[in-house]
Amino acid sequence: MATSVPDPSQKHQRREHGLMLALVSPALLVILLLIVLPVGWLAWQSIYHDGFTLENYRRVFTEDIYWRSFALTFEISLAVTLIALLLGYPVAYLANSLPKGWSILILSLVVLPFWTSVLVRAYAWLALLQRTGVINQFLRYLDVISEPLALAHNTFGTVVATVHILLPFMVLPLYATMQKIPGDLMQAGASLGASPSLTFCRVFLPLSLPGVLAGCTMVFVLCLGFYITPELLGGGRTVMVSMLVSRNVELYNQFGAASAVAVVLLLSVLAIFFVVSRFISLDRVLGQK
Amino acid sequence: MTRISLARIALYVISTLVLVYLILPVLIIAPISFSSARFLTFPPPSFSTRWYQQYFSNSAWMQATRVTLTVAFLTVVIATPLGVAAAYAISQSKLRIMRVIHMALLLPLVVPIIITAVGIFFVYAKVGLVATMPGLVLANVMLGLPYVVISVLAGLQSFDPAQEMVARSLGMNRLRSFFAVTLPQIKSSVVAGGIFAFISAMDETIVALFISGGQYQPLTKRMFTALRDEIDPTIAAISTLMTAASFMLVLLASTRQKKGG
Repeated sequence: MATSVPDPSQKHQRREHGLMLALVSPALLVILLLIVLPVGWLAWQSIYHDGFTLENYRRVFTEDIYWRSFALTFEISLAVTLIALLLGYPVAYLANSLPKGWSILILSLVVLPFWTSVLVRAYAWLALLQRTGVINQFLRYLDVISEPLALAHNTFGTVVATVHILLPFMVLPLYATMQKIPGDLMQAGASLGASPSLTFCRVFLPLSLPGVLAGCTMVFVLCLGFYITPELLGGGRTVMVSMLVSRNVELYNQFGAASAVAVVLLLSVLAIFFVVSRFISLDRVLGQK
Repeated sequence: MTRISLARIALYVISTLVLVYLILPVLIIAPISFSSARFLTFPPPSFSTRWYQQYFSNSAWMQATRVTLTVAFLTVVIATPLGVAAAYAISQSKLRIMRVIHMALLLPLVVPIIITAVGIFFVYAKVGLVATMPGLVLANVMLGLPYVVISVLAGLQSFDPAQEMVARSLGMNRLRSFFAVTLPQIKSSVVAGGIFAFISAMDETIVALFISGGQYQPLTKRMFTALRDEIDPTIAAISTLMTAASFMLVLLASTRQKKGG
């Protein structure tokens, strides 16, 4: 990593340390001023308003609207994570089992939407799902339905669009983990007389679990803070925590309450990362991008 | 034997459907943007470029486009050198604290963006940076830094620092040896990191919703506001252009990375 020849002079070493700190400090300053300070400010504002107060937290934990929003957010995140796992696992498995050219093609298709703006994709789903949208028009054109289905402006639309946006975060860690499973293990299982489904359940699936955990963590955590899709596809009825924060700021000027909600959300995210880091390296979760 | 192939067929079918689900929404925008209809109709009545004309002739959309491009450009110009310097120090230094600093630089990826956005809004409100260009650029530099750091760190991993030592022992100073020996070898990851920072700034919406205003509103904020009110195919035209730009940039980044191999 560092200089390969150990330097005897301590002075030189100190200069080296000074230089490295000087190099990293502009970037660190940006981070400190633009994310650490703002988040610290939020935390402070949530407990201080003309004196120390826990009123904001009392509201968050006792008032119905906050409770329901947190519950809904966790429910949606859980649903999105499970659906993403069910959809993502087969794709990662197929990409892993095919020759290199095909797996690159599949992974490119998975990553492609990733580089499209979240806003653009929310718009696309709106265009597909709304009452006068492509899907409803198509189904009416085929005479399958007479009345348009309510696909957007509800929780269903939110989940469909959110899974779409977060699926790459599931497939990539799954694929990375599957790549490390030696192929001969499956052959060994087969040669010992186990059926393919048995070797899959007993050998492949358990070995892929770290990838499952990494993917699920990332999807769940990202979903907890999602804003654009529920705002545009939820139709105002699916109030997730992020919308609670923004409404308290933009509509009601309740900065203290907004800050308290934000702090609880952030602590939930950090708690999840902390628990997961006990089982797998966080680099595994965050390293994918 | 038939059971194996059945499972295999099911795997292919499911995976294909999932891939269609992933790709279809990205592709559906383009035909909508070239349709002549005011509202979405299926099948599209006829080909037209009127939504593109509407976009290019509307001064508000053009102003927003200028803001987006300026912000994204300045973000790359500032975030790339900061990120490269930081990544270099993190990879070369033996200091313990570098691990903590490394984690701190990845914070923008960990903290839910809505929290970052509201926090920045509160701080900016105190110091008068709301609805200003510097405020918008600074926020995007912060959000883009992790991409540069991650990309450059990956590039430095395959670089042997002993090479730089050789250059220095031959009389080059540190700065020159970095530019002459190290930088050319990690050039592709630097370029890729810069491109990702550009895309991140171009697509950023949530922070802009809170801190941008007046004449300094980026495209995404105007699009978001427009989407809340009514769906206008002009947005499909803009989306198509943005998607095309992103894809070309990613393609550029990935070919550079391959060359750097």
